[in-house]
Amino acid sequence: MARYRDDAGALERLIEADRVHRDVYTDPEVFQLEMERLWSRTWIYVGHASQVPSAGDFITLDIAAKPLIMVRHSDGAIRVLMNRCAHKGTKLVSALAGNAGKTFRCPYHAWTYRTDGSLINIPLKDGYSGTRLESNLGLAGVKSVETYRGFVFARLAEDGIGFRDYFGDSLSSIDNLADRSPEGELELAGGCLRFLHNCNWKMFVENLNDTMHPMIAHASSAGIAKKLWEGQPADRPKPMAIEQIAPFASDYKFFDEMGVRVYAHGHSFSGVNFSIHSSYSSVPEYEQAMQRAYGEERARKILGTVRHNTVYYPSLTIKGAIQSIRVCRPLAADKTLLESYTFRLKGAPDALLQRTVTYNRLINSPMSVVGHDDLHCYRAIQEGLAAQGNEWVNLQRNFDPAEVDAAELTANGTSDISMRNQFRAWREFMTASGSQ
Amino acid sequence: MSARPTIADIVRFVKHEARLIDEKRFEEWYDLFTDDAYYWVPAAPGQNDPLLHNSLAYEDKLLLRLRIERLKSPLAYSQQPASRCLHVLQEPDIEKADADRGEYLTRTPFIYTEAKADDSQRYAATAWHTLVWSHDRLRIRLKRVDILNCDAMLPSIQLFL
Repeated sequence: MARYRDDAGALERLIEADRVHRDVYTDPEVFQLEMERLWSRTWIYVGHASQVPSAGDFITLDIAAKPLIMVRHSDGAIRVLMNRCAHKGTKLVSALAGNAGKTFRCPYHAWTYRTDGSLINIPLKDGYSGTRLESNLGLAGVKSVETYRGFVFARLAEDGIGFRDYFGDSLSSIDNLADRSPEGELELAGGCLRFLHNCNWKMFVENLNDTMHPMIAHASSAGIAKKLWEGQPADRPKPMAIEQIAPFASDYKFFDEMGVRVYAHGHSFSGVNFSIHSSYSSVPEYEQAMQRAYGEERARKILGTVRHNTVYYPSLTIKGAIQSIRVCRPLAADKTLLESYTFRLKGAPDALLQRTVTYNRLINSPMSVVGHDDLHCYRAIQEGLAAQGNEWVNLQRNFDPAEVDAAELTANGTSDISMRNQFRAWREFMTASGSQ
Repeated sequence: MSARPTIADIVRFVKHEARLIDEKRFEEWYDLFTDDAYYWVPAAPGQNDPLLHNSLAYEDKLLLRLRIERLKSPLAYSQQPASRCLHVLQEPDIEKADADRGEYLTRTPFIYTEAKADDSQRYAATAWHTLVWSHDRLRIRLKRVDILNCDAMLPSIQLFL
Protein backbone atom coordinates (compact mmCIF):
# COMPACT_ATOMS: atom_id res chain seq x y z
CA MET A 1 0.00 0.00 0.00
CA ALA A 2 1.40 3.38 -1.00
CA ARG A 3 1.86 5.52 2.09
CA TYR A 4 3.96 8.29 0.60
CA ARG A 5 3.37 8.56 -3.16
CA ASP A 6 0.21 10.63 -2.93
CA ASP A 7 0.78 12.18 0.45
CA ALA A 8 3.34 14.99 0.38
CA GLY A 9 2.52 15.73 4.02
CA ALA A 10 3.56 12.23 5.05
CA LEU A 11 6.88 12.65 3.22
CA GLU A 12 7.48 16.06 4.78
CA ARG A 13 6.81 14.67 8.23
CA LEU A 14 9.78 12.31 7.82
CA ILE A 15 12.12 15.29 7.97
CA GLU A 16 12.32 17.52 11.01
CA ALA A 17 14.84 20.31 11.43
CA ASP A 18 17.11 18.24 13.68
CA ARG A 19 16.08 14.60 13.14
CA VAL A 20 14.76 12.28 10.41
CA HIS A 21 12.46 9.29 10.47
CA ARG A 22 13.99 5.86 9.82
CA ASP A 23 11.75 5.28 6.79
CA VAL A 24 14.04 7.51 4.73
CA TYR A 25 16.66 4.75 4.99
CA THR A 26 14.60 1.58 5.05
CA ASP A 27 11.32 1.99 3.18
CA PRO A 28 11.29 0.59 -0.41
CA GLU A 29 8.52 3.00 -1.42
CA VAL A 30 10.54 5.98 -0.22
CA PHE A 31 13.50 4.62 -2.19
CA GLN A 32 11.38 4.34 -5.34
CA LEU A 33 10.19 7.92 -4.86
CA GLU A 34 13.77 9.06 -4.33
CA MET A 35 14.68 7.66 -7.75
CA GLU A 36 11.66 9.31 -9.41
CA ARG A 37 12.04 12.63 -7.65
CA LEU A 38 15.28 13.50 -5.87
CA TRP A 39 17.50 11.56 -8.29
CA SER A 40 15.58 12.75 -11.36
CA ARG A 41 15.00 16.39 -10.44
CA THR A 42 18.55 17.14 -9.32
CA TRP A 43 21.86 17.22 -11.22
CA ILE A 44 23.47 13.80 -11.07
CA TYR A 45 27.08 13.03 -11.95
CA VAL A 46 27.21 10.95 -15.14
CA GLY A 47 30.90 10.60 -15.93
CA HIS A 48 34.03 12.48 -16.87
CA ALA A 49 34.69 13.90 -20.32
CA SER A 50 38.11 12.21 -20.35
CA GLN A 51 36.34 8.83 -20.47
CA VAL A 52 35.05 9.70 -23.94
CA PRO A 53 37.87 11.69 -25.59
CA SER A 54 37.00 10.90 -29.24
CA ALA A 55 33.84 10.95 -31.36
CA GLY A 56 31.93 7.70 -30.88
CA ASP A 57 33.48 6.96 -27.45
CA PHE A 58 30.85 5.95 -24.92
CA ILE A 59 30.26 4.63 -21.43
CA THR A 60 27.07 3.05 -20.15
CA LEU A 61 25.63 3.42 -16.67
CA ASP A 62 22.38 3.60 -14.71
CA ILE A 63 21.02 6.69 -13.00
CA ALA A 64 17.80 6.54 -11.00
CA ALA A 65 17.35 2.96 -12.30
CA LYS A 66 17.40 4.23 -15.91
CA PRO A 67 19.91 2.73 -18.36
CA LEU A 68 21.97 5.48 -20.02
CA ILE A 69 24.68 5.97 -22.61
CA MET A 70 27.10 8.90 -22.33
CA VAL A 71 28.62 9.37 -25.78
CA ARG A 72 30.69 11.93 -27.63
CA HIS A 73 28.93 12.82 -30.87
CA SER A 74 30.71 13.74 -34.11
CA ASP A 75 30.13 17.45 -33.33
CA GLY A 76 32.34 17.05 -30.25
CA ALA A 77 29.50 17.48 -27.74
CA ILE A 78 28.72 14.90 -25.08
CA ARG A 79 25.21 13.47 -25.26
CA VAL A 80 23.38 11.44 -22.65
CA LEU A 81 20.87 9.04 -24.21
CA MET A 82 18.47 6.47 -22.84
CA ASN A 83 19.96 3.04 -23.55
CA ARG A 84 16.74 1.67 -25.03
CA CYS A 85 15.92 0.85 -28.64
CA ALA A 86 12.86 2.73 -29.86
CA HIS A 87 11.57 -0.49 -31.38
CA LYS A 88 11.12 -3.23 -28.75
CA GLY A 89 12.91 -1.67 -25.82
CA THR A 90 16.12 -3.66 -26.14
CA LYS A 91 19.03 -2.23 -24.22
CA LEU A 92 21.07 -1.03 -27.16
CA VAL A 93 24.59 -1.16 -25.75
CA SER A 94 25.76 -3.75 -23.25
CA ALA A 95 29.46 -2.92 -23.17
CA LEU A 96 30.48 -0.75 -20.20
CA ALA A 97 32.69 1.39 -22.45
CA GLY A 98 33.90 1.46 -26.02
CA ASN A 99 33.77 3.26 -29.34
CA ALA A 100 30.60 3.01 -31.37
CA GLY A 101 32.04 4.55 -34.53
CA LYS A 102 29.27 6.61 -36.09
CA THR A 103 26.27 4.53 -35.06
CA PHE A 104 24.64 2.32 -32.46
CA ARG A 105 22.97 -0.72 -34.00
CA CYS A 106 20.41 -2.68 -32.04
CA PRO A 107 21.52 -6.33 -31.63
CA TYR A 108 17.95 -7.58 -32.13
CA HIS A 109 16.52 -6.09 -35.39
CA ALA A 110 19.29 -3.70 -36.45
CA TRP A 111 17.46 -0.45 -35.92
CA THR A 112 20.39 1.94 -36.19
CA TYR A 113 20.99 5.33 -34.60
CA ARG A 114 23.54 8.11 -34.91
CA THR A 115 25.46 8.96 -31.76
CA ASP A 116 23.12 11.91 -31.19
CA GLY A 117 20.29 9.40 -30.89
CA SER A 118 18.61 10.08 -34.26
CA LEU A 119 17.33 7.06 -36.16
CA ILE A 120 19.03 6.44 -39.52
CA ASN A 121 18.00 2.96 -40.54
CA ILE A 122 15.33 0.32 -40.13
CA PRO A 123 15.68 -2.86 -42.29
CA LEU A 124 12.83 -3.19 -44.82
CA LYS A 125 11.51 0.17 -43.74
CA ASP A 126 8.75 -0.01 -46.39
CA GLY A 127 6.98 -2.41 -44.08
CA TYR A 128 6.08 0.58 -41.97
CA SER A 129 4.59 2.67 -44.78
CA GLY A 130 1.10 3.67 -43.93
CA THR A 131 1.60 2.88 -40.24
CA ARG A 132 1.87 5.57 -37.59
CA LEU A 133 5.63 5.14 -37.13
CA GLU A 134 6.82 8.58 -36.14
CA SER A 135 9.20 10.16 -38.61
CA ASN A 136 11.52 11.48 -35.91
CA LEU A 137 11.73 8.28 -33.91
CA GLY A 138 15.06 8.06 -32.15
CA LEU A 139 16.63 7.35 -28.80
CA ALA A 140 15.18 9.40 -25.98
CA GLY A 141 17.82 11.91 -24.97
CA VAL A 142 18.45 13.67 -21.71
CA LYS A 143 18.08 17.35 -22.56
CA SER A 144 19.69 18.84 -19.48
CA VAL A 145 23.37 17.92 -19.64
CA GLU A 146 26.21 20.16 -18.43
CA THR A 147 29.95 19.63 -18.51
CA TYR A 148 31.84 21.57 -15.86
CA ARG A 149 35.63 21.31 -16.13
CA GLY A 150 35.19 17.81 -17.52
CA PHE A 151 32.57 16.66 -14.98
CA VAL A 152 29.40 15.69 -16.83
CA PHE A 153 26.13 16.09 -14.95
CA ALA A 154 22.58 15.44 -16.10
CA ARG A 155 19.11 16.25 -14.84
CA LEU A 156 16.69 13.56 -16.03
CA ALA A 157 13.57 15.63 -15.42
CA GLU A 158 12.60 17.79 -18.40
CA ASP A 159 12.06 20.88 -16.30
CA GLY A 160 13.66 21.96 -13.09
CA ILE A 161 16.43 23.84 -11.43
CA GLY A 162 19.34 25.05 -13.58
CA PHE A 163 22.87 23.71 -13.19
CA ARG A 164 24.45 26.89 -11.76
CA ASP A 165 21.52 27.52 -9.43
CA TYR A 166 21.74 23.96 -8.18
CA PHE A 167 25.45 23.88 -7.36
CA GLY A 168 26.27 27.55 -6.75
CA ASP A 169 29.66 28.23 -5.22
CA SER A 170 30.14 24.60 -4.22
CA LEU A 171 31.68 24.26 -7.70
CA SER A 172 34.80 25.85 -6.21
CA SER A 173 35.86 22.36 -5.06
CA ILE A 174 35.79 21.06 -8.64
CA ASP A 175 37.75 24.16 -9.64
CA ASN A 176 40.38 23.42 -7.02
CA LEU A 177 40.68 19.81 -8.20
CA ALA A 178 41.09 20.84 -11.86
CA ASP A 179 43.36 23.78 -10.99
CA ARG A 180 45.75 21.32 -9.34
CA SER A 181 46.74 20.30 -12.85
CA PRO A 182 49.44 22.63 -14.20
CA GLU A 183 47.40 22.54 -17.42
CA GLY A 184 44.08 22.99 -15.63
CA GLU A 185 42.82 19.67 -16.95
CA LEU A 186 42.03 16.27 -15.49
CA GLU A 187 42.12 12.82 -16.97
CA LEU A 188 40.49 9.82 -15.32
CA ALA A 189 43.26 7.22 -14.96
CA GLY A 190 43.95 3.98 -13.16
CA GLY A 191 40.57 2.30 -13.54
CA CYS A 192 37.87 2.07 -10.93
CA LEU A 193 37.19 0.36 -7.61
CA ARG A 194 33.62 -0.91 -7.30
CA PHE A 195 32.48 -1.50 -3.73
CA LEU A 196 29.03 -2.91 -3.03
CA HIS A 197 27.51 -1.56 0.19
CA ASN A 198 24.59 -3.42 1.76
CA CYS A 199 23.12 -0.23 3.18
CA ASN A 200 21.13 2.80 2.14
CA TRP A 201 22.99 5.33 -0.02
CA LYS A 202 22.45 8.16 2.45
CA MET A 203 24.51 6.49 5.16
CA PHE A 204 27.52 6.79 2.90
CA VAL A 205 26.75 10.34 1.73
CA GLU A 206 26.16 11.57 5.28
CA ASN A 207 29.36 9.94 6.50
CA LEU A 208 31.50 12.01 4.14
CA ASN A 209 31.33 15.03 6.38
CA ASP A 210 30.69 13.19 9.64
CA THR A 211 33.83 14.06 11.56
CA MET A 212 32.80 12.48 14.86
CA HIS A 213 33.36 8.92 13.61
CA PRO A 214 36.97 8.60 12.35
CA MET A 215 38.68 8.43 15.74
CA ILE A 216 36.21 5.75 16.85
CA ALA A 217 35.26 3.71 13.80
CA HIS A 218 38.81 3.81 12.41
CA ALA A 219 40.63 3.15 15.69
CA SER A 220 41.30 -0.40 14.50
CA SER A 221 42.83 0.69 11.18
CA ALA A 222 44.11 4.28 11.39
CA GLY A 223 44.76 3.99 15.12
CA ILE A 224 46.93 0.91 14.59
CA ALA A 225 48.68 2.50 11.59
CA LYS A 226 49.61 5.44 13.81
CA LYS A 227 50.87 3.10 16.52
CA LEU A 228 52.94 1.04 14.06
CA TRP A 229 54.93 4.14 13.14
CA GLU A 230 55.34 5.48 16.67
CA GLY A 231 58.92 5.63 17.88
CA GLN A 232 60.40 5.85 14.39
CA PRO A 233 63.21 8.40 14.07
CA ALA A 234 61.89 11.77 12.90
CA ASP A 235 64.23 11.84 9.89
CA ARG A 236 63.08 8.45 8.60
CA PRO A 237 60.82 9.10 5.60
CA LYS A 238 57.24 8.21 6.42
CA PRO A 239 55.79 5.56 4.11
CA MET A 240 52.97 6.89 1.92
CA ALA A 241 50.55 4.41 3.50
CA ILE A 242 51.20 5.71 7.01
CA GLU A 243 51.03 9.31 5.81
CA GLN A 244 47.60 8.61 4.31
CA ILE A 245 45.95 6.30 6.85
CA ALA A 246 47.20 7.63 10.19
CA PRO A 247 45.51 11.11 10.00
CA PHE A 248 42.11 9.39 10.14
CA ALA A 249 42.97 8.81 13.80
CA SER A 250 43.26 12.55 14.52
CA ASP A 251 41.47 13.81 17.60
CA TYR A 252 38.16 15.64 18.06
CA LYS A 253 39.89 19.01 18.29
CA PHE A 254 41.48 18.50 14.88
CA PHE A 255 38.23 17.60 13.17
CA ASP A 256 36.28 20.34 14.95
CA GLU A 257 38.75 23.03 13.92
CA MET A 258 38.76 21.73 10.34
CA GLY A 259 35.38 23.44 9.82
CA VAL A 260 32.50 22.58 7.50
CA ARG A 261 30.71 24.72 4.91
CA VAL A 262 27.24 24.05 3.55
CA TYR A 263 25.54 25.36 0.44
CA ALA A 264 21.93 25.43 -0.70
CA HIS A 265 20.56 22.16 -2.17
CA GLY A 266 22.49 19.77 0.05
CA HIS A 267 26.10 20.40 -0.93
CA SER A 268 28.88 20.75 1.60
CA PHE A 269 32.55 20.32 2.28
CA SER A 270 34.59 19.84 5.39
CA GLY A 271 38.16 20.99 5.71
CA VAL A 272 37.54 24.72 5.42
CA ASN A 273 40.76 25.50 7.29
CA PHE A 274 42.87 22.35 6.84
CA SER A 275 42.26 18.62 6.56
CA ILE A 276 43.71 15.13 6.92
CA HIS A 277 45.43 15.79 3.58
CA SER A 278 47.29 18.90 4.74
CA SER A 279 50.54 17.28 5.85
CA TYR A 280 51.43 15.14 2.86
CA SER A 281 55.09 15.29 1.91
CA SER A 282 55.87 17.65 -0.93
CA VAL A 283 56.66 16.66 -4.51
CA PRO A 284 59.11 19.43 -5.55
CA GLU A 285 58.94 18.65 -9.29
CA TYR A 286 55.16 19.07 -9.20
CA GLU A 287 55.24 22.23 -7.12
CA GLN A 288 57.70 23.77 -9.56
CA ALA A 289 55.42 22.88 -12.47
CA MET A 290 52.52 24.54 -10.65
CA GLN A 291 54.55 27.71 -10.01
CA ARG A 292 55.57 27.86 -13.66
CA ALA A 293 51.94 27.46 -14.74
CA TYR A 294 50.23 29.80 -12.28
CA GLY A 295 52.88 31.98 -10.66
CA GLU A 296 54.02 31.53 -7.10
CA GLU A 297 51.14 33.19 -5.29
CA ARG A 298 48.31 31.54 -7.18
CA ALA A 299 50.04 28.14 -7.03
CA ARG A 300 50.36 28.50 -3.27
CA LYS A 301 46.67 29.36 -3.02
CA ILE A 302 45.59 26.36 -5.10
CA LEU A 303 47.79 23.90 -3.21
CA GLY A 304 46.89 25.50 0.12
CA THR A 305 43.21 24.68 -0.40
CA VAL A 306 43.07 21.16 1.05
CA ARG A 307 39.40 20.38 1.52
CA HIS A 308 38.46 17.02 3.01
CA ASN A 309 35.29 15.75 1.26
CA THR A 310 33.01 17.82 -0.93
CA VAL A 311 29.55 16.35 -1.41
CA TYR A 312 27.76 17.24 -4.63
CA TYR A 313 24.46 16.05 -3.34
CA PRO A 314 23.33 13.38 -3.89
CA SER A 315 25.58 11.53 -6.32
CA LEU A 316 29.19 12.68 -6.23
CA THR A 317 31.82 13.20 -3.59
CA ILE A 318 35.25 14.52 -4.42
CA LYS A 319 38.59 14.96 -2.74
CA GLY A 320 40.48 17.65 -4.61
CA ALA A 321 43.53 17.44 -2.39
CA ILE A 322 44.10 13.79 -3.29
CA GLN A 323 42.39 13.75 -6.73
CA SER A 324 39.96 10.94 -6.08
CA ILE A 325 36.18 10.87 -6.42
CA ARG A 326 33.49 8.53 -5.21
CA VAL A 327 30.30 8.10 -7.19
CA CYS A 328 27.17 6.95 -5.41
CA ARG A 329 24.79 4.70 -7.38
CA PRO A 330 21.80 3.58 -5.27
CA LEU A 331 20.48 0.13 -6.26
CA ALA A 332 17.82 -0.50 -3.59
CA ALA A 333 16.84 0.86 -0.17
CA ASP A 334 19.57 -1.32 1.36
CA LYS A 335 21.98 -1.68 -1.57
CA THR A 336 24.37 0.91 -2.96
CA LEU A 337 27.24 0.75 -5.42
CA LEU A 338 30.17 3.07 -4.74
CA GLU A 339 32.59 3.58 -7.58
CA SER A 340 35.92 5.23 -6.76
CA TYR A 341 38.02 6.83 -9.48
CA THR A 342 41.38 8.55 -9.60
CA PHE A 343 42.59 11.44 -11.75
CA ARG A 344 45.83 12.16 -13.49
CA LEU A 345 46.59 15.88 -13.23
CA LYS A 346 47.68 16.74 -16.76
CA GLY A 347 51.19 18.13 -16.74
CA ALA A 348 52.01 16.66 -13.30
CA PRO A 349 54.57 13.89 -12.65
CA ASP A 350 53.45 10.27 -12.21
CA ALA A 351 54.18 10.55 -8.48
CA LEU A 352 50.86 12.37 -8.11
CA LEU A 353 48.90 9.63 -9.85
CA GLN A 354 50.70 7.06 -7.74
CA ARG A 355 49.67 8.95 -4.61
CA THR A 356 45.97 9.09 -5.49
CA VAL A 357 45.97 5.45 -6.60
CA THR A 358 47.57 4.48 -3.28
CA TYR A 359 45.01 6.50 -1.34
CA ASN A 360 42.09 5.06 -3.29
CA ARG A 361 43.29 1.51 -2.71
CA LEU A 362 43.95 2.05 0.99
CA ILE A 363 40.65 3.79 1.71
CA ASN A 364 38.06 2.90 -0.94
CA SER A 365 38.75 -0.70 -1.99
CA PRO A 366 36.44 -3.58 -1.04
CA MET A 367 39.59 -4.92 0.65
CA SER A 368 40.33 -1.65 2.52
CA VAL A 369 40.49 -1.97 6.30
CA VAL A 370 39.26 1.63 6.57
CA GLY A 371 36.35 0.72 4.29
CA HIS A 372 35.56 -2.32 6.42
CA ASP A 373 35.24 -0.07 9.50
CA ASP A 374 32.82 2.29 7.75
CA LEU A 375 30.66 -0.29 6.03
CA HIS A 376 30.29 -2.22 9.26
CA CYS A 377 28.75 0.86 10.87
CA TYR A 378 26.46 1.64 7.92
CA ARG A 379 25.20 -1.93 7.93
CA ALA A 380 24.74 -1.81 11.68
CA ILE A 381 22.49 1.26 11.24
CA GLN A 382 20.50 -0.52 8.53
CA GLU A 383 19.86 -3.41 10.95
CA GLY A 384 19.50 -1.32 14.10
CA LEU A 385 16.81 0.92 12.62
CA ALA A 386 14.39 -2.02 12.72
CA ALA A 387 14.27 -1.70 16.51
CA GLN A 388 11.16 -0.37 18.21
CA GLY A 389 10.90 2.34 20.80
CA ASN A 390 12.66 5.03 18.75
CA GLU A 391 11.92 5.65 15.09
CA TRP A 392 14.13 8.73 14.73
CA VAL A 393 17.71 9.36 13.68
CA ASN A 394 19.39 12.14 15.62
CA LEU A 395 21.06 15.03 13.75
CA GLN A 396 21.11 17.54 16.60
CA ARG A 397 24.81 18.28 17.16
CA ASN A 398 25.26 22.09 17.10
CA PHE A 399 21.76 22.66 15.73
CA ASP A 400 20.85 26.31 15.48
CA PRO A 401 17.32 27.17 14.25
CA ALA A 402 18.78 30.19 12.42
CA GLU A 403 20.69 27.89 10.05
CA VAL A 404 17.50 26.68 8.39
CA ASP A 405 17.15 29.78 6.20
CA ALA A 406 20.84 30.37 5.50
CA ALA A 407 21.91 29.76 1.90
CA GLU A 408 25.57 29.33 2.77
CA LEU A 409 27.11 28.83 6.16
CA THR A 410 30.41 27.84 7.75
CA ALA A 411 30.30 25.92 11.03
CA ASN A 412 32.58 24.02 13.38
CA GLY A 413 33.77 20.76 11.84
CA THR A 414 31.99 18.38 14.19
CA SER A 415 28.56 19.91 13.61
CA ASP A 416 25.85 17.72 12.06
CA ILE A 417 24.92 20.68 9.87
CA SER A 418 25.95 19.00 6.60
CA MET A 419 23.47 16.18 7.24
CA ARG A 420 20.63 18.51 8.22
CA ASN A 421 21.41 20.51 5.10
CA GLN A 422 21.18 17.36 2.96
CA PHE A 423 17.78 16.52 4.34
CA ARG A 424 16.49 20.03 3.74
CA ALA A 425 17.35 19.48 0.07
CA TRP A 426 15.84 16.01 0.24
CA ARG A 427 12.55 17.42 1.43
CA GLU A 428 12.66 20.16 -1.20
CA PHE A 429 13.10 17.78 -4.13
CA MET A 430 10.96 14.92 -2.78
CA THR A 431 7.92 17.14 -2.49
CA ALA A 432 6.30 19.57 -4.89
CA SER A 433 8.57 22.49 -4.16
CA GLY A 434 11.51 20.88 -5.94
CA SER A 435 9.66 19.94 -9.13
CA GLN A 436 9.24 23.54 -10.27
CA MET B 1 64.77 -29.70 2.41
CA SER B 2 67.85 -30.31 0.28
CA ALA B 3 70.21 -27.70 -1.13
CA ARG B 4 67.62 -27.01 -3.82
CA PRO B 5 63.87 -27.31 -3.34
CA THR B 6 62.25 -30.21 -5.16
CA ILE B 7 58.97 -29.84 -7.01
CA ALA B 8 57.32 -31.55 -4.06
CA ASP B 9 58.84 -28.97 -1.68
CA ILE B 10 57.45 -26.11 -3.75
CA VAL B 11 53.99 -27.63 -4.03
CA ARG B 12 53.95 -28.35 -0.32
CA PHE B 13 54.96 -24.76 0.41
CA VAL B 14 52.11 -23.26 -1.65
CA LYS B 15 49.55 -25.52 0.03
CA HIS B 16 50.97 -24.70 3.45
CA GLU B 17 50.70 -20.98 2.75
CA ALA B 18 46.95 -21.25 2.06
CA ARG B 19 46.48 -23.43 5.09
CA LEU B 20 48.12 -20.87 7.38
CA ILE B 21 45.56 -18.27 6.24
CA ASP B 22 42.64 -20.65 6.68
CA GLU B 23 43.83 -21.54 10.17
CA LYS B 24 44.50 -17.87 10.96
CA ARG B 25 48.13 -18.57 11.83
CA PHE B 26 48.94 -15.07 10.62
CA GLU B 27 52.29 -14.65 12.36
CA GLU B 28 53.62 -17.78 10.66
CA TRP B 29 52.05 -16.63 7.41
CA TYR B 30 53.66 -13.20 7.67
CA ASP B 31 57.01 -14.87 8.20
CA LEU B 32 56.72 -16.63 4.81
CA PHE B 33 57.22 -13.31 3.03
CA THR B 34 60.59 -11.70 2.26
CA ASP B 35 61.17 -8.24 3.70
CA ASP B 36 60.60 -6.65 0.28
CA ALA B 37 57.54 -8.78 -0.51
CA TYR B 38 54.16 -7.69 -1.82
CA TYR B 39 50.72 -9.22 -1.64
CA TRP B 40 48.82 -8.04 -4.72
CA VAL B 41 45.18 -8.37 -5.76
CA PRO B 42 44.64 -6.48 -9.05
CA ALA B 43 41.33 -4.74 -9.76
CA ALA B 44 41.35 -5.31 -13.52
CA PRO B 45 41.88 -8.49 -15.54
CA GLY B 46 45.41 -8.68 -16.93
CA GLN B 47 46.51 -5.63 -14.92
CA ASN B 48 50.27 -5.21 -15.11
CA ASP B 49 50.80 -2.03 -13.08
CA PRO B 50 50.26 -1.96 -9.32
CA LEU B 51 51.41 1.66 -8.87
CA LEU B 52 49.57 3.75 -11.47
CA HIS B 53 46.44 1.59 -11.68
CA ASN B 54 44.00 0.90 -8.86
CA SER B 55 44.23 -2.50 -7.18
CA LEU B 56 41.98 -4.18 -4.64
CA ALA B 57 45.11 -4.66 -2.51
CA TYR B 58 48.83 -4.06 -2.96
CA GLU B 59 50.45 -4.48 0.39
CA ASP B 60 54.02 -4.47 1.57
CA LYS B 61 54.94 -6.03 4.89
CA LEU B 62 54.04 -2.90 6.81
CA LEU B 63 50.48 -2.99 5.46
CA LEU B 64 50.23 -6.74 6.01
CA ARG B 65 51.34 -6.12 9.59
CA LEU B 66 48.61 -3.48 9.94
CA ARG B 67 46.00 -5.96 8.70
CA ILE B 68 47.19 -8.69 11.06
CA GLU B 69 47.26 -6.35 14.06
CA ARG B 70 43.80 -5.10 13.17
CA LEU B 71 42.41 -8.62 13.04
CA LYS B 72 43.64 -9.10 16.61
CA SER B 73 42.11 -5.82 17.83
CA PRO B 74 38.90 -5.81 19.88
CA LEU B 75 38.15 -2.48 18.15
CA ALA B 76 37.81 -4.15 14.74
CA TYR B 77 34.03 -4.19 14.91
CA SER B 78 33.69 -5.51 11.39
CA GLN B 79 35.17 -8.74 12.73
CA GLN B 80 32.37 -9.29 15.23
CA PRO B 81 31.58 -12.05 14.49
CA ALA B 82 34.91 -12.99 12.96
CA SER B 83 35.23 -14.01 9.32
CA ARG B 84 36.45 -17.47 8.40
CA CYS B 85 37.90 -18.58 5.09
CA LEU B 86 38.84 -21.67 3.17
CA HIS B 87 41.04 -22.10 0.11
CA VAL B 88 40.38 -25.14 -2.05
CA LEU B 89 43.45 -25.42 -4.27
CA GLN B 90 44.14 -27.09 -7.55
CA GLU B 91 47.60 -28.72 -7.69
CA PRO B 92 50.11 -25.87 -8.20
CA ASP B 93 51.99 -25.82 -11.52
CA ILE B 94 55.58 -24.65 -11.60
CA GLU B 95 55.58 -22.12 -14.42
CA LYS B 96 59.21 -21.06 -14.17
CA ALA B 97 62.18 -22.42 -12.29
CA ASP B 98 65.59 -20.81 -12.15
CA ALA B 99 67.52 -23.16 -9.88
CA ASP B 100 70.74 -21.16 -10.17
CA ARG B 101 69.12 -18.00 -8.87
CA GLY B 102 66.76 -19.91 -6.63
CA GLU B 103 63.61 -18.31 -8.12
CA TYR B 104 60.38 -20.07 -8.88
CA LEU B 105 56.96 -19.04 -10.18
CA THR B 106 53.90 -21.14 -9.45
CA ARG B 107 50.34 -20.93 -10.74
CA THR B 108 47.55 -22.20 -8.52
CA PRO B 109 43.87 -21.94 -9.46
CA PHE B 110 41.65 -22.04 -6.41
CA ILE B 111 38.19 -21.49 -5.00
CA TYR B 112 38.03 -19.16 -2.01
CA THR B 113 35.15 -18.93 0.40
CA GLU B 114 34.91 -16.24 3.07
CA ALA B 115 32.11 -16.58 5.58
CA LYS B 116 30.86 -14.28 8.30
CA ALA B 117 27.76 -15.03 10.35
CA ASP B 118 24.99 -15.90 7.88
CA ASP B 119 26.77 -14.50 4.82
CA SER B 120 29.34 -16.11 2.62
CA GLN B 121 31.12 -15.09 -0.57
CA ARG B 122 32.88 -17.35 -3.04
CA TYR B 123 35.50 -16.48 -5.62
CA ALA B 124 37.32 -18.35 -8.35
CA ALA B 125 40.89 -17.08 -8.49
CA THR B 126 44.42 -17.85 -9.58
CA ALA B 127 47.36 -17.38 -7.26
CA TRP B 128 50.80 -16.63 -8.70
CA HIS B 129 53.60 -17.13 -6.21
CA THR B 130 57.03 -15.75 -6.94
CA LEU B 131 59.22 -17.73 -4.56
CA VAL B 132 62.85 -17.36 -3.63
CA TRP B 133 65.14 -19.95 -2.08
CA SER B 134 67.62 -18.61 0.42
CA HIS B 135 69.14 -19.85 3.66
CA ASP B 136 67.65 -23.27 2.97
CA ARG B 137 64.07 -22.11 2.89
CA LEU B 138 61.46 -20.92 0.44
CA ARG B 139 59.91 -17.49 0.89
CA ILE B 140 57.38 -15.42 -1.02
CA ARG B 141 58.57 -12.31 -2.84
CA LEU B 142 55.23 -11.69 -4.55
CA LYS B 143 51.85 -13.30 -4.17
CA ARG B 144 49.54 -12.12 -6.90
CA VAL B 145 45.90 -13.18 -6.78
CA ASP B 146 43.79 -12.74 -9.90
CA ILE B 147 40.12 -12.92 -8.91
CA LEU B 148 38.05 -14.03 -11.91
CA ASN B 149 35.53 -11.22 -11.38
CA CYS B 150 37.91 -8.68 -9.86
CA ASP B 151 36.19 -5.87 -11.80
CA ALA B 152 32.70 -6.71 -10.53
CA MET B 153 31.14 -4.79 -7.66
CA LEU B 154 32.40 -6.61 -4.61
CA PRO B 155 31.40 -6.57 -0.95
CA SER B 156 33.91 -6.28 1.89
CA ILE B 157 36.57 -8.98 1.58
CA GLN B 158 38.21 -9.03 5.00
CA LEU B 159 40.71 -11.89 5.04
CA PHE B 160 43.41 -12.94 2.54
CA LEU B 161 42.78 -14.76 -0.74
